[in-house]
Amino acid sequence: MSAEETSATGVMDQESPETDAATNAAPAQTTGELKAAQKSRLAELDRETLIDIYHQMLLARRFEEKAAEAYSGGKIGGFCHLYIGQEAVAIGAISAIRRDDYVLTSYREHAHAIAKGMSPESVMAELFGKATGCSKGKGGSMHMFDKEFGFLGGHAIVGGQIPLATGVAFASKYKGTDQVTLCFFGEAAVNQGAFHESLNMAQLWKVPCIYICENNQYGMGTSLERAMSSHDISQKSCAYDIAAEFVDGMDVLAVREATLRAVERARKDYLPTLLEVRTYRFMGHSMSDPGNYRTRAEIERHQERDPIKLFSASLKEEGVLSDSEFQEIEAQVKEQVEKAVKFAEESPLPDPKELYTDVYASPINTQRD
Amino acid sequence: MAVVTIREALNQALREEMQRDENVFLMGEEVAEYQGAYKVTKGLLQELGAKRVIDTPITELGFAGLGVGAAMVGLRPIVEFMTFNFSILATDQIINSAAKMLYMSGGQFNIPIVFRGPGGSAYQVSSQHSQALESWFAYFPGLKVVMPSTPADAKGLLKASIRDDDPVIFIEQERMYGIKGEVSDDPDFVIPLGVADIKREGTDATIVARSLMVPVALKAADVLQKEGVSCEVIDPRTIRPLDIETIIKSVKKTNRVVIAEESHPFCGVAAEIGSEINERAFDYLDAPVKRVSGADVPMPYAKNLEDLAVPTVDQIVAAVREVAYLE
Repeated sequence: MSAEETSATGVMDQESPETDAATNAAPAQTTGELKAAQKSRLAELDRETLIDIYHQMLLARRFEEKAAEAYSGGKIGGFCHLYIGQEAVAIGAISAIRRDDYVLTSYREHAHAIAKGMSPESVMAELFGKATGCSKGKGGSMHMFDKEFGFLGGHAIVGGQIPLATGVAFASKYKGTDQVTLCFFGEAAVNQGAFHESLNMAQLWKVPCIYICENNQYGMGTSLERAMSSHDISQKSCAYDIAAEFVDGMDVLAVREATLRAVERARKDYLPTLLEVRTYRFMGHSMSDPGNYRTRAEIERHQERDPIKLFSASLKEEGVLSDSEFQEIEAQVKEQVEKAVKFAEESPLPDPKELYTDVYASPINTQRD
Repeated sequence: MAVVTIREALNQALREEMQRDENVFLMGEEVAEYQGAYKVTKGLLQELGAKRVIDTPITELGFAGLGVGAAMVGLRPIVEFMTFNFSILATDQIINSAAKMLYMSGGQFNIPIVFRGPGGSAYQVSSQHSQALESWFAYFPGLKVVMPSTPADAKGLLKASIRDDDPVIFIEQERMYGIKGEVSDDPDFVIPLGVADIKREGTDATIVARSLMVPVALKAADVLQKEGVSCEVIDPRTIRPLDIETIIKSVKKTNRVVIAEESHPFCGVAAEIGSEINERAFDYLDAPVKRVSGADVPMPYAKNLEDLAVPTVDQIVAAVREVAYLE
C-alpha cells in the first residue's frame, strides 16, 4: 500500500482507542478481542516463525529477570531500564525486517538488541561492564551497539535516536539500497522537538524510516495525560502527512503485521511510517524506581494482558506447541541466559589502556617532542 | 596559485572534495537554490545536483542529527550552519551523538562529518548573531575544532576536515570571507589538522592568535616592529587537538606571550593555552601570560559599543608592551 492510497491526512488504518491513553486507560481492545485477532493472524504464519517469535520473547523476558537479579546483586551498575511487559513490540517489529536492515532505539534496549540477532552473551557482558561486551564495556545498559547486526544503539537522551535513525534511512536512499530503518522510542519522546523535526524531514524527503512509538503510558513517573495535550499519538502524523497506524502492542503478531506493511512502503517507495504501539511496562522506569505513581491494581490489570502469556495461550490453543515443547523452549532459554551470565561473569574487565582508545578514529598526535 | 577570497577558497574545497568522493554531500539552510546565505556554496547545486546539495528546513537539531545518522552508515556529510549561533540548537546531536558515538560503541561507529559555517563577531547584529563558540566545542573529547584565518588555510584545512574520519567543527569567521590570498589549485592540497602555523617569526614576544585575531595580531606586530619589538605570531589553526608544542617552542624562545581571542575570556581557549604554558614553560617566562579577549558581555548592537567589545590592534600592542615591561 502506498501513501497515495491513504486519506487526505495521510493517516491510514487509524483505529482510535476507546479512551485516552493514560494511567487508567482501558486497553485498545479487550483480551478476548486480542486473542481472537491473534489467532487469525497465527493461522497465516508457518510454525517455525511462530516458535522463533515465542522463543525470542521468552528469552528477552528471562534475560531481563536475570539482569534484574544481577543488578540487585551489584554486578550491573548505573541505570538498568527493564523492558518486561513490552516484549511484543521489539520482537514483533524486528521479526518483520531483514538482518541487513537497521535498528535504533532508546536506553530500554536489551530486547531489541537480542531480537536483532546479537548474542545474549555480548549483551549481558556489556551490562556487566566487561571487555567482551558488545560495546567493549564502554556503553553499558544504555549504549549497546553491534555493527555486524545493524544495531545502531542504544541512545540515552530522550528522542535523540529519532534524527539519527532518519539519517540512517536517508543514507539508504542516497546509496540506493532497499534497507529500512526501525526507530523505537517511548511516547515521552514525542514531546521532544527531535520527533517533530525528524518526521517533517522524513516525509518531506521520503526516507525509509519506520518510527515505532512504544506508548507504555509513562515517561518515567509522569503519565501521558499529565505530559501530552493531545493523547492520540498516531494522529500526530497528520501534521506531517505521514502514514500511521495504531497497534495493540500486547499482540506480537499485530505488531509484526503493522511493521510488515510499513516495511513494504519503505522498501518499495522510500516512504516513512509512524506506528503508535500501545504497551505497558510492568517494572519501574529503572531499577531504582519506587513506582509510587501508579497502583498495584493498575499494573495487575495490564499484566492480565501479558504479551507472552497471551501468545503462549494462542500457540497452545491452536495446537502449535504442546506442553512438552513449551517446557523444552523454557529449558533452552534458561540455558541461554545462564550461559550469558556465566560468560559475563568470567569475562575480563576492559584493559585500563582502553580508557583512551576509541575517542578518535584518526587520532592526531600533537605531542611531537 | 591564484589569489582568491576565503569565500572562494572554501567553495573550491567543497567542490573538489564532493567531486572526489560521492559519499560527501552538503546540507543546510539556503545552501542550494539560494546559493548560500554567505555565497560559500555558490554554484554547487548546479554542478553537483540536488541529491548532493540539499536545502534543509530551519530545523538545526533535526538535520544535524540526520547528518550524524547518515555518517554512521558510511556517508560523509557536510552540515552547514547558516551561522554557528544556530548550532546551539543542534548541540545535543553534536555533543551527545557525534562526539561520543565512537567511544560508547566501543570503536564501532566513527562519525566522519563536518559541521561548518560562520562564527565569531559579525557587524552590528547584536547578541544572538555575534558570538564565538569554539571553547564550547573544544571542551569535548571526540570533536576536532578548526578555525582558519587565511584563504590557503581555509581551503587546505576544509579539505582535510572533509577527509577526516572524525566529527570536525569548522568555524569560519563571518567578517573574514572577503579576505584575499594565494591559494593552491592542486586538488590534493590539504593542510593537516593539529598543526599550528607560524604566521610571522619573531624573537621578543609570542602572540598566539586564531581566526579574526590573526590579521589583528599581524598588524600589532607591524606596529611593535617599528618600536624595535620583534613579535612571533602563531596561529594554532586547529583548536582541538591543539599543537601546543609549537606554542611552547616559541615561548621558550621569546619568554613572553600574549594570547589574543575575540571570544569571552572566562573558560575560553586562551585560558586553556595559558594554563598549558604555565604547566610546561613556567621557568621560561619573563612575565605572566597575558590574555586579550573579547569583552565579557553579550555583543551590543551600537557601533561604538560593538567596537569596544572586539579586541583591537591597540589592545594587543599594549599587552605586548606590558609583558615586555615597556609601559
